[in-house]
Amino acid sequence: MSIFDFFRTPKKASAADQAKERLQIVLAHERAGRDSPDFLPQLQKELLDVIKKYVSIDDDKVAVKLDRASGYSTLEVNVELPAPAKGAARAAAGKVAATGNA
Amino acid sequence: MAKIIVMTSGKGGVGKTTSSAAFGTGLALRGFKTCIIDFDVGLRNLDLIMGCERRVVFDFINVINGEARLSQALIKDKRVENLYILPTSQTRDKDALTEQGVEKILEELKKEFDYIICDSPAGIERGALMALYFADHAIIVTNPEVSSVRDSDRILGVIQAKSRRAEKGEAPVQEHLLVTRYDPERVEKGEMLKVEDVLEILAIPLLGIIPESPAVLRASNVGMPVVLDDKSNAGQAYSDAVGRFLGETIEHRFVKVEKKGFFDRLLRRTA
Repeated sequence: MSIFDFFRTPKKASAADQAKERLQIVLAHERAGRDSPDFLPQLQKELLDVIKKYVSIDDDKVAVKLDRASGYSTLEVNVELPAPAKGAARAAAGKVAATGNA
Repeated sequence: MAKIIVMTSGKGGVGKTTSSAAFGTGLALRGFKTCIIDFDVGLRNLDLIMGCERRVVFDFINVINGEARLSQALIKDKRVENLYILPTSQTRDKDALTEQGVEKILEELKKEFDYIICDSPAGIERGALMALYFADHAIIVTNPEVSSVRDSDRILGVIQAKSRRAEKGEAPVQEHLLVTRYDPERVEKGEMLKVEDVLEILAIPLLGIIPESPAVLRASNVGMPVVLDDKSNAGQAYSDAVGRFLGETIEHRFVKVEKKGFFDRLLRRTA
């Protein structure tokens, strides 16, 4: 910021500028929802089935989360393994992160 | 090989039928055999805009239902060689458009015509879906206004997901942006979205910019596609858009405020 900016009255964004900004925000959300990954519930269920073949876990111990940033998305899979039968109740968490193009 | 072009927008009242009439007529003027089909079953208007409303005997739905032959329903334009209109029914509803029925007629038209323009109804329901389903090209008609831009984005998503090309995994439908009712004076004042802004948001190639013009209403009053009013800026802009569609390089006109001459200002003349 130069010293001259200090004296200048701040310019209000024009109506057209506001229209553009509002559109960019609303469309970013709508586009993300449009091809929303409706495979997530199925993925979660199948992951659970696979894990159950080897370890006995509860149905609510697998969490699948999708995060979108500009240009890429992150798929986060959190599996909470049961505590060993003996000893203190400890939860081991395995975390897998997959990155792909959005 | 015949090409199917859908004129669509999502939002109503942005100029789909005006653009279908003007664009189709423009293609025919350049020697391409062109048919414009009205997909707005129950709310037909292409016949009025083309000035052939009194010549409608059979319609698109009659042909789908086998009640009339295609040649009986096609209306030949009296002004322009190579130009035909297929009006739709005013009494039935959009359920009359079956995928098989529409496909059969389009296949038949493809044998005879170079270009088939499907004038889509507003919305994203059956009529609009059928109009875009078989398309090779989509012309998205957009006003520089928030609801129109949003709906255009939505319809682009529908084209990318639900067109036949998308479903069959073929080369995608080619998208073109046609900005209509553009008012450079309001853009300059910061009251209207710039065409560059609309382009940045929708991110599809620009086919043309049609200026807000009294010529459009004048032409529709008398049932003449506005492209035939070759003195009007809107007519010339449509003609340019047709040229660009056919691969010509034409600079965009009527996007800057025209400097008015001394006498114009004195007489307060408008376009």
